Amino acid sequence: MADVTLDAKGLNCPLPILKARKALKEVPAGGTLEILSTDPGSVADFEAFCRQTGNDLMETTTEDSVYRFLIKRTAA
Amino acid sequence: MSTEAQIVTEQIEDSPGVAPAAVPEAKGMCIIVTKGSLDWAYPPFILATTAAAMGLPVTMFFTFYGLPLLLKKLNLQMTTAGNPAMKMPMFGAHIGLPNIMTAIPGVDAACSKMMKNMMSGKGVATIEELRDSAVEAEVRMIACQMTMDLFEYSLDEMIEGPELGGAATYVEAASKAHINLFI
Repeated sequence: MADVTLDAKGLNCPLPILKARKALKEVPAGGTLEILSTDPGSVADFEAFCRQTGNDLMETTTEDSVYRFLIKRTAA
Repeated sequence: MSTEAQIVTEQIEDSPGVAPAAVPEAKGMCIIVTKGSLDWAYPPFILATTAAAMGLPVTMFFTFYGLPLLLKKLNLQMTTAGNPAMKMPMFGAHIGLPNIMTAIPGVDAACSKMMKNMMSGKGVATIEELRDSAVEAEVRMIACQMTMDLFEYSLDEMIEGPELGGAATYVEAASKAHINLFI
């Protein structure tokens, strides 16, 4: 179970990333953020976001056209 | 920690009493915003907010027709004339607008309304939302002083946050940024 869950379903670029950045601030260091998205572009974008910010993208899964990302907060 | 940062840290630790060397600055993004129509307002605000979310210091320099994007009240419109690539999804196809029709009063307004409806239906942020995000993320906004004079705007009409500056202010910011865009 993630520490914080962000429902970004129905939102388009760049809103899932912008809302994830905000939500990540609510996550304690070492904690996890779960993001649900329907934007196919968010798959590549969350990989890039995590590489750039130094956070850990632990899981990417897809179920019924909903993408689920699990990010561990390993950076500020 | 990058090798460069490590070297700097070691230098600081190895030289007691010496002023610490500057830590390498984070990579930054600098955008010149020159267009103020509904469609053209998107790229700068999308990129600025995303870069800020990814930890980059961002500067936006608003000049010429980009400057009114800082006005408190926005009512952005599409510019259909001379835009042959603008094809809207309609009736199961993509339909363009012949240039002669773009001169008819009300066509720009109708297209703008259609575009805004399409955007809200597809979860695309409004420019106002993106601009609020940019302000919240402390994106540095510079309003071009020359354009302010030229088109007779004052800072009172603008949102809170922009500072006044000219070409030299932009060049200084751009010289420190790794990504420089003219939109």
